[in-house]
Amino acid sequence: MQDFLSRLLGRSAKGTGNLAKERLQFVLIHDRINLPPERMEEMKREILAVIAKYVTIDDHNVDIGLQSRDRLNLLVAEVPFVKPVESPAPAVDENDDLPPDSAPDSSKTT
Amino acid sequence: MGGKVITITSGKGGVGKTTTTANLGVALAQLGKKVVMIDADIGLRNLDIVLGMESRIVYDLVDLVEGRAKLRQAMIRHKQFTDLFLIPAAQSRDKTAVSPADMVQITDQLRQEFDYMLIDSPAGIERGFRNAVAPADDVLVVTNPEVSAVRDADRIIGLLEAEKKPNPRLILNRLKIDMVRRGDMMSPEDVVDLLSIKLIGIVPEDENVVPSSNSGEPVTMMENSRAGAAYKEIARRLTGEDVPMKSAQDEGGFLRRLGRLFGGRQ
Repeated sequence: MQDFLSRLLGRSAKGTGNLAKERLQFVLIHDRINLPPERMEEMKREILAVIAKYVTIDDHNVDIGLQSRDRLNLLVAEVPFVKPVESPAPAVDENDDLPPDSAPDSSKTT
Repeated sequence: MGGKVITITSGKGGVGKTTTTANLGVALAQLGKKVVMIDADIGLRNLDIVLGMESRIVYDLVDLVEGRAKLRQAMIRHKQFTDLFLIPAAQSRDKTAVSPADMVQITDQLRQEFDYMLIDSPAGIERGFRNAVAPADDVLVVTNPEVSAVRDADRIIGLLEAEKKPNPRLILNRLKIDMVRRGDMMSPEDVVDLLSIKLIGIVPEDENVVPSSNSGEPVTMMENSRAGAAYKEIARRLTGEDVPMKSAQDEGGFLRRLGRLFGGRQ
């Protein structure tokens, strides 16, 4: 959509205007909540460590980031859990219906 | 309820606050409104010279606050627009000579007589800014489509929220449409997207602005100035009129698509 608009306005995607916007998107949100990127990473690690105490996290697919909607700043976290492997015997039938990527290998997580 | 206090601020210096204040003052006077402009940039007086009123200053804002001058004595009348007045900043004092409460008190006296009181805020986020914003009913944030100016504008918008001055409106000044087309300047849409506030006007880069300051006649007094036309539109929007983007007629309709950025007045 953005690309479409850019083309409609005869605007080159190569210019530095987009870069300015992307850089500002990043810096403004950190300015607004007064949390520098380094501290944010630290916070993320702590949050994940707490969650990992209780459940096994699929940490390859974790997505935690800052978002802003109408000047409301949010921490948005998507933290998928590894599907518990319980008794393997009754699960055999059901497994055929599941998409192949729905059960990440728990051996990959720590 | 009397007139309205409108503060023009920006955070960053040099984005066009004083030029904007002078031009909106002239544009509102041209609409038949009674207007007083207050230069709140104490120690760095400028609004007077942009308006060509510098040679007639006797008393200033600090004289008024400290009781050496009456309201009537501190107001200078514009030569051409008889309903346009200026209260100049003091030049040899600093911002601590005036308090936010002083500004509220002065504007409360002016409200009875004037339709609009325009306050030209100093750059920065300290005392001078708080002085300028304290009595405001409406705040206009001026910015340029550049990273430093937009970042400072965002900071100012955050501080305004904290000062219980919600819903400031944005003036995007010095837009170079050719550069936006080439992709080398953020578009009005980009800036509005980043700052998430309502736009009240876009002022295109205009080579008439410097000569008009040189001669002490704001561009709004010129015929055929694009920046002047933009300021006139903004003035009409300030009076509550629903003015479509007129500057959209030039530049191959580029700006016509921006109508939706204005949204409604809340």
